[in-house]
Amino acid sequence: MSGLPPYASTGQRIWYYAFRVICGLIFFFLIAPILTIIPLSFNAEDFFTFTPGMLAFEADAYSLKHYQDFLTSPDWQAALRNSLSIAPVATLLSVSFGTLAAIGLSQDHVPFRRAIMAILISPMIVPLIISAAGMYFFYSRIGLQGTYVGVVLAHAALGIPFVIITVTATLVGFDRSLTRASASMGANPVTTFFKVQMPLILPGVISGGLFAFITSFDEVVVVLFVGSAAQKTLPWQMFIGLREQISPTILAVATILVAISVVLLTVVELLRRRSERLRGMSPG
Amino acid sequence: MGANGTNEAFVAFDRVQKSYDGETLVVKDLNLAIAKGEFLTMLGPSGSGKTTCLMMLAGFETATNGEILLDGKPINSVPPHKRGIGMVFQNYALFPHMTVAENLSFPLEVRKIGKSDREAKVKRALEMVQMGDFGGRRPAQLSGGQQQRVALARALVFEPELVLMDEPLGALDKQLREHMQFEIKHIADSLGITVVYVTHDQTEALTMSDRVAVFEDGRIQQLAPPDQLYEAPENSFVAQFIGENNSLEGVVEQINNKVAVVRLDSGDLIDTIPVNVSQVGERTRVSIRPERVEFIKDRLSPDAHTLKAEVLEFVYMGDIFRTRLRVAGKDDFIIKSRNAPDQVRLKPGQTIEIGWMPEDCRALDA
Repeated sequence: MSGLPPYASTGQRIWYYAFRVICGLIFFFLIAPILTIIPLSFNAEDFFTFTPGMLAFEADAYSLKHYQDFLTSPDWQAALRNSLSIAPVATLLSVSFGTLAAIGLSQDHVPFRRAIMAILISPMIVPLIISAAGMYFFYSRIGLQGTYVGVVLAHAALGIPFVIITVTATLVGFDRSLTRASASMGANPVTTFFKVQMPLILPGVISGGLFAFITSFDEVVVVLFVGSAAQKTLPWQMFIGLREQISPTILAVATILVAISVVLLTVVELLRRRSERLRGMSPG
Repeated sequence: MGANGTNEAFVAFDRVQKSYDGETLVVKDLNLAIAKGEFLTMLGPSGSGKTTCLMMLAGFETATNGEILLDGKPINSVPPHKRGIGMVFQNYALFPHMTVAENLSFPLEVRKIGKSDREAKVKRALEMVQMGDFGGRRPAQLSGGQQQRVALARALVFEPELVLMDEPLGALDKQLREHMQFEIKHIADSLGITVVYVTHDQTEALTMSDRVAVFEDGRIQQLAPPDQLYEAPENSFVAQFIGENNSLEGVVEQINNKVAVVRLDSGDLIDTIPVNVSQVGERTRVSIRPERVEFIKDRLSPDAHTLKAEVLEFVYMGDIFRTRLRVAGKDDFIIKSRNAPDQVRLKPGQTIEIGWMPEDCRALDA
């Protein structure tokens, strides 16, 4: 950790610094597009570019008017309400079904476990446009196309793989003798699940739920196919905003979404660390 | 202590068989009756079926054939959580997200016992295992020995009449293990509970049990109190598995009810008591405990058959001397002698005559 050993050869020295430069470049490549939109969202003009005034750090080149637009425009407010009413319900469904599926698939006696797992994970692997097209035809046939329930179910299906993967990972380290111990003490399977198993796999369930929430919250392809104008979500509104009016309000919304994501990830990570520390699973 | 038949037994295995794959039997025709208040140990090497038997009794495995009875009632179709059997697991299986007190309280909460009652019982159980001050700790903050005590207290706190223990001391170091053996034994005796204990450690089995069932190849090879098991093994497997043992191979030359004269493969003759042999000409494996071998002429009866032995190695072990000899062509013959003031210390290279009382030398299956 403490840098180069004294016996490092010239080649090793060059690689040591080159490695850091490469890492820095990759990091820049990933983060730059996101960081650029943050100052741009405070643009006083209706442009997507930095004005000379912004570059000179003049106070009146900056403003909150795009944020104001977001908070007052009925279009954006409707989109925000739609997103907030779809994502939590879709997350709840994903978490419930995904956790149950992961627990079921972690048991040895279940036949065709790998095949079932592959099918459940497929929404994550199949190109989104194909899932979306398939859902469009299927949901039209059964009358769910263009409904709130349809969008929620579609997003739940997209979120389930994340929950299955994170919960399965937590279950790998789960000691089966704990459920046996619980049974030997007289707890029925339902009590055992809620009092013993659930608290221990909770970090996996929470991370999975977070991924499912974010998936639903910034998904645009499926909602375009399955939803109708009444289910216009934030990403959909942003998409329209880019195509039709090119308003920097999109940048303000994007900045807010980034901030929400960062806060959510931080909070969940802190919660997870706390619960692991309480359980004595990780040092200090 | 011994149970007399399945009818009065507290726990009974009646012709129980178990197969995981439908072809090979892990447990073959097990019949076992355990009396109320008995401390019974299932002892055997890994894969002998002992743990499977315990798991069937606990309800985590189902018997392929046969019946298991608890207090006279068949329990094959009773789920584990309705059997009311306490259990201590090999890895303790303490709930990591609960404190010690919460762990102990769990079986009481499940039974809907009132709060003040619960607290009193938890306190009493923790004090019984000398862990009274640790109620607020989490399992991860305890040492292995302390976790073991908590696991024991948790299995006892709801006052089950039957407690199963699956190699509970396996993860502890030697000293602590020996200490806990006595502690578990004392607690079990004072509470009057029935214990079924699984281990592969024969010392543990001998020190703790009222009776020991030696498992091998899915069958009970011998079921007896510790002293009988050690002094009167019924077959070669038990003789080899329990304690240190010298075995010599040969053919029965003369036999009557009390004595069988065996001609060893080296040509020497020895006196034995027949256990698993019945006729002249049969091959046999003769078993002698190292501490029953005598090498001082005066202490042997004058007409006893003796064998020539060459001393190969002398090990000073403090309380005893352990000497390795070459006897009848085999160089792994061990004798043990007590470190007494008048004891002879043999030297490598020395040639001696060894012998024993015929009743200490058992002619078993080859």
